Amino acid sequence: MSEVSLLKQHQMGVVAQIRRYGLYRWFFKRARGDSPFKRMLIHLVLIAACIIAAYPVLRILIISVRPGDQLFTTSLRLWPENATWDAYRRVIFNRDFVLWIWNSLLITTATCFVGVTIASTSAYAFSRWDFPGKVSGLIFLLATQMIPGAMLMVPIYILAANLGLINTWRGLVVAYSVQAVPFSIWILKGYYDTIPFELEQAAMIDGCSRLGSFYRIILPLSVPALAIAFLFNFMQAWNDFLLARIMLQRSHMYTWPLGLQRLQDQFQTLWSEFAAASLMISIPAMVLFLASSRYLIGGLTVGSVKQ
Amino acid sequence: MGSLTPQIIGQSIEQVGLTILAVVVIALGLQLLFYAILSKGMSTRHSLPYTLLVPAIIGLSLLVVFPILYNFFLAFTDMSLRRFGFERGMTMGIAQGLNNFRNVFTAPVLQQQHFFPVFGRTILWTAMQVTVHVSCGMGLAILLNRPMKMRGVYRAIILIPWAIPQIVAVLTWRTEFNAQWGFVNIMLQGIGLEAIPWMTSRFWNFMAFNIVNFWLGIPFMTVILLGGLQSINDTYYESAEIDGASKWQRFTNVTIPMIKPVLTPAVILGVIWTFNNFNIPYFINQRGLETSDILVTALFRAAFEFNRYGFAAALAIVIFAILLGFTVAYMKITGFNPTLKAMNAPVPAGSRRKK
Repeated sequence: MSEVSLLKQHQMGVVAQIRRYGLYRWFFKRARGDSPFKRMLIHLVLIAACIIAAYPVLRILIISVRPGDQLFTTSLRLWPENATWDAYRRVIFNRDFVLWIWNSLLITTATCFVGVTIASTSAYAFSRWDFPGKVSGLIFLLATQMIPGAMLMVPIYILAANLGLINTWRGLVVAYSVQAVPFSIWILKGYYDTIPFELEQAAMIDGCSRLGSFYRIILPLSVPALAIAFLFNFMQAWNDFLLARIMLQRSHMYTWPLGLQRLQDQFQTLWSEFAAASLMISIPAMVLFLASSRYLIGGLTVGSVKQ
Repeated sequence: MGSLTPQIIGQSIEQVGLTILAVVVIALGLQLLFYAILSKGMSTRHSLPYTLLVPAIIGLSLLVVFPILYNFFLAFTDMSLRRFGFERGMTMGIAQGLNNFRNVFTAPVLQQQHFFPVFGRTILWTAMQVTVHVSCGMGLAILLNRPMKMRGVYRAIILIPWAIPQIVAVLTWRTEFNAQWGFVNIMLQGIGLEAIPWMTSRFWNFMAFNIVNFWLGIPFMTVILLGGLQSINDTYYESAEIDGASKWQRFTNVTIPMIKPVLTPAVILGVIWTFNNFNIPYFINQRGLETSDILVTALFRAAFEFNRYGFAAALAIVIFAILLGFTVAYMKITGFNPTLKAMNAPVPAGSRRKK
């Protein structure tokens, strides 16, 4: 197809196109670009995928607003009759839900700062120096990703029991701080590697110390990667079930995953409360994730795609 | 607000705050100490990076190295809830160790199932999951990578399962697989099929947690692969098209090689994460069916439900050896080495140019 006719086709309206090519040819095979049929098919596939992805979450919302007398029904209506937000009120005021969220939030935020600090300085060492043990160190960090969490639980439990850390947050805080460090180091090292060393040299010529250049040059330039590392740390601690399950036995110390599991166990009576709690936990997390997904995707691949 | 009182708020802030303070003080103190020692012995070129690494090294030693070494120690004991420590009659020796390792392969891991059926199920689960994640993820990523209307909306909605906290997703699915009230069975009955006993039937329980993990895993793989696809320069496709490459040829000769640096680590991590996945098999398996256990959940239950710590440690070592073997073999076969770049990276004194 020549340049001229391409341009022409592009400028023609839909009606003109159909007239020119005939309905069948226009719908099923267009010379250039996708035919409407193909585009429709793609949209259908994507819409189906969206429904599958979103329906279970939508179901949580539907169940959370069901009034007590319709809790157990086989109706799949998208909005129950006499919908009520009562379950939210009960979860917030009558259950320990707010306490569990508070516990989780406190532990998680605190550990994120420690974890990111550890990872950012360590990654700087890995990125800017060649020292004996560097390669084996990086391999070790990678190897830690292979270890099943369940494998470490028995020794950690016994260690915590012997140190008297069961039913305290101290052990949990320290453990969470370290948990995401290997992965964060890999992300941050990959990012630091893309920052030219000349920038730091320039700063050092101007009288900046080594650590000063890290603080003034590298850290501000690495904000996207730091955000990802922060998010990963947050996610690991926020969503952790295993470690909290073996360390915490008193319900007033629970983090939300333990509390939510407890609500789910009683779902025969508390289904709408369980759904309301689930939704209240998920919405902030989902907004945060979707808002930062561009950053996250870039960060996950930055080390491997860019050289 | 439930039982969140100002008093509890104060106490919890105090506990966490003091812990963080202690961690920071100890870390800084150790760093200064190390720096003082190291800078005597060697040049700053080496002493500074080591100093920066001190907190990470100590933390990982406590949380990873020590537990692994302790696992080896435990594997040679007969520790259980009754024999929790030497003072309570725990014994240790080569004989116990051999016994533990022999039990891993010859005795039931929990009550009925032996090691090899569980291992086989783990392999099946991993292979099925990673294949479907990669193929469906690739398909969706390719569709989402096209310029079209509503693309951002589709992308955001498809990412929901990845964005929702995993525990919430798993607990919700566990509820929805309820034979009577869950939407899965209601829908099946709605189209005239029989209700499926998701929680009691061995086969269907296995399928249930596979379905959940498809739902959770495909979006993640889509995200990763979409990132890879977006980094491919359009000019490659254009020149391939000018050379007369068909769509399929463009896929196999441009997309696949260009996406490989993203795909390979994603597949390795996918295999390891699926193999080690705990939440999904553990929670969807509400009735504690042994036929739904994979290696890591069996390990957890052997340790924390049956309290056979010595045996669990031996099982943990076997699982670790399997994973190590897989990774080494994979790296040998594909020639993929994530640390190669790290080894060849120029020393900072030289130039570090971007391509």
